[in-house]
Amino acid sequence: MTSEQLEEYLESILDIEAKDGIAKTSAIARCLKVAPASVTEALQVLSEKGFVHYEPYKGATLTELGREMAQKVKRRHRLLEVFLTDVLHISRENVHDEACRMEHTLSDETECALCKLLKAPARCPHGSLIEACNLPVESCSACLAGKETDIASTRDKPLIPVTSLEPGQKGTIAFIRGDNSVVQRLTDLGLTLKTEIQLIRKSPMLGPVEIGVRKTRLAIDHAIADHIFVTALLEKAG
Amino acid sequence: MMGCKDCGDCTGCSLPVPLPDGKAEYVVALAGNANVGKSATFNQLTGVDTDIGNWPGKTVERVEGLLQHRGQRIRVIDLPGIYSITALSTEEQISREFIAHDHPDVVVNVVDASALERNLFFTLQLTELESPMILAVNQMDLATKKGIALDIRKLSALLGIPVIPTIAIQGKGISDLSDAIVLALSARPKPHMLPYGKEVEERIRKIMEILPAGAGGYPPRWTAIKLLEADSDTIWEAKRSAPDAAAAAEIFRNELERMHGEAAATVLSSERYHVAEKIVSEVMEIRTPGDHEISLTERIDRLALHPVIGYLLLILTIGGLLIWTFIVGAWISEILTVFLSGIAPVQPLVKGSVTDVIFNGAWTGFVAAITLILPYVIPFYLFLALIEDSGFLTRFSLMLDRGMHKMGLHGKAIIPLVLGFGCTVPACLSCRIIESPKQKFLAAFLVTLVPCSARTIVILGVVALFVNIWWALALYLIDFVLIIVLGRLAFRLLPGESVGMIMEMPEYHVPSVPVVLGQTWQRTKSLIWIVLPAYIIGSIAITAAFAAGLLEPINTLLSPITVILLGLPALTGAVFVFGIIRKEMTILALAALFGTTIFSTVLSPVQLIVFGLVAMLYAPCISTILALAREFGWKQALSIAVLETALAIALGAVAFRLLGLVM
Repeated sequence: MTSEQLEEYLESILDIEAKDGIAKTSAIARCLKVAPASVTEALQVLSEKGFVHYEPYKGATLTELGREMAQKVKRRHRLLEVFLTDVLHISRENVHDEACRMEHTLSDETECALCKLLKAPARCPHGSLIEACNLPVESCSACLAGKETDIASTRDKPLIPVTSLEPGQKGTIAFIRGDNSVVQRLTDLGLTLKTEIQLIRKSPMLGPVEIGVRKTRLAIDHAIADHIFVTALLEKAG
Repeated sequence: MMGCKDCGDCTGCSLPVPLPDGKAEYVVALAGNANVGKSATFNQLTGVDTDIGNWPGKTVERVEGLLQHRGQRIRVIDLPGIYSITALSTEEQISREFIAHDHPDVVVNVVDASALERNLFFTLQLTELESPMILAVNQMDLATKKGIALDIRKLSALLGIPVIPTIAIQGKGISDLSDAIVLALSARPKPHMLPYGKEVEERIRKIMEILPAGAGGYPPRWTAIKLLEADSDTIWEAKRSAPDAAAAAEIFRNELERMHGEAAATVLSSERYHVAEKIVSEVMEIRTPGDHEISLTERIDRLALHPVIGYLLLILTIGGLLIWTFIVGAWISEILTVFLSGIAPVQPLVKGSVTDVIFNGAWTGFVAAITLILPYVIPFYLFLALIEDSGFLTRFSLMLDRGMHKMGLHGKAIIPLVLGFGCTVPACLSCRIIESPKQKFLAAFLVTLVPCSARTIVILGVVALFVNIWWALALYLIDFVLIIVLGRLAFRLLPGESVGMIMEMPEYHVPSVPVVLGQTWQRTKSLIWIVLPAYIIGSIAITAAFAAGLLEPINTLLSPITVILLGLPALTGAVFVFGIIRKEMTILALAALFGTTIFSTVLSPVQLIVFGLVAMLYAPCISTILALAREFGWKQALSIAVLETALAIALGAVAFRLLGLVM
């Protein structure tokens, strides 16, 4: 199996898992437009390499390793889409396929440069959230100011945007994406790094999210909240 | 005197000698976050007699009142409710310049006892300005309800300033606060310097060493901190007066940014929060862990923010607000009009002696203002203050945020838009609550299109009465569609950026009578100041112009528009000119000029509908134009007026031709 195929499999499993909880062979086959038999074969290979947990007749879920890999590719895919639409002005309908082919050949360095060039965008042209990068930074200002970033080191804990927490779930702020003005605005309201926050509720259709911080509650525009990344705490309340 | 600083309840100290004359000799500034009860504290300290104006050259409201206590007359300035003085919004700039340059005798920082950590962040920024300070810890009842106990003495000892616990909406602690203010006038309690982290403090000290004394009129420590934070005004000032310090600060700033990997201003903010956390951990004790208990606010929110029930509640409330306004309004308006017409006839007079015409013009304008503000606007404000003070309005903003995005606005814009149903003038002024200049202007523009009470009267009195209710509703529908379409268009065309919403969600509480009445009174008062002179002067000017024989020329001049484009009688030209004073005057003028109140005898149904449509949309009334000019400048105000007039004529012309085919 080529690394390109492998990444495509992981990506589609990530998508299907987010929707259905478990990625069934038939769903993967539909998504990648291949025969179910080849999916079964591929899943066995992926399982051997430690990317997925595969149970015949039930389907596959990503392992920690597989998820990390899939999210990395997803992030590249969406960054490329932003690049193709915003910089090269290619129509939105065409960028998906284009990005699909380009995402597998992108190096870490190019990914980082692309993110800087596009000023750390929060969403792809189709509105899906772009994951935070894996660099051990706490905000984007270091990168955006044009300073050297050590692209070899990585974070030790996975980051999730606060908007992906479940209502009632808590997390600790680990990274705030965006330029200084966004970071400053949030910091002044008490959303500083390492602060524990709780997602209280989301509203439908990407409306504002309500966040509990320092004994107060803030309603924050979904697009701004997308910039706040946390490491989730396991304890659930409420 | 200084021995008293740690005991807020000490009354043994000698008080300053009262001033013999009646002038206010001292100035006290109230500062604090929004939603901490700052206005309630202000109202309790000063009573209802407040002065509302604007800060010089700014579109930010300045509220001022007088505190008389123990023989002292003290001017109390209510500074804008802000969360920080780091970033540079107009409100923040006003606050910091006022404290630093106008040297108020005491700054009273009102904080929310139940959210002390967040509030202390702002307190720490205030202490950097090194003014004499008092901390009023408000909403003690709410804190107790949340199971929070505060050690007031310890807090006072840590900060080095008097700390007074209050429950402002119940008036509790206000006399203690007044005592503390009077004492502070002579004791001038300066807050302790609370050190930040070592690497930050070291750099602040080094910058202070090379700063020349008194640079920029701010304390040296403040200047040093602002230089580190890359505050543009401070850097600009320092480059002129202290280039060495500016250069050193830049090096230190880069060092800090390299160490932390984030902007120095963010590092400083985190430092302040760190100090705030430390203070809170020493003075606060949580008796019942509030996290696991479902609070009343949470229970109400589960309904108020429910995807279905919440929207139903919202429609009911806003519908109720409008129905309440028009039922109560029509009733009071009727009584007032009858009463005032008894004194002198209320009808634009277009011939007669000069004094008669001027008196009639002034009287008509006066009555128009009174019969609008008292009956329609006061009940509206009263109801609005209720939903605002209870905390429901914030929830509505949240619910509508998504929809407002379609017009380039965010949830907070619902407040001006709803206000617009009452009267356009205060609605335009209330656009101040929106942060970005682009969105502020956009909201004001859309507000001028919302059918205000005067326009509703025209539509009801002309179209609903003489054609039918369905056409009146259709006109409303057209208006709402226009607001959405024009909003989207203007959002694309206007320069500038849109900023998303970040809004605090206050706890629900039972609205307090003084706060609601105070809010209503303040809004009404500021409205009277604009509307009354505009009505009277405008009304005199227009009636005088007509009395001088300009009626015919104006009708002739406007006839290409009124007759040819809109298919209306030439006399309506003068009617529309009257309507600029107040839209509802079009009904009066129509009756006066045609000599009948049964409009269907002089106008065809098509003409009535076209008349209603044009009256609804053309140039906003003179008070609105004035309000817009005050907020955004004459160019913008006149552009809106011209654009809307052109739009009204164009749509009227189309409607005339289309309706002519079917009716």
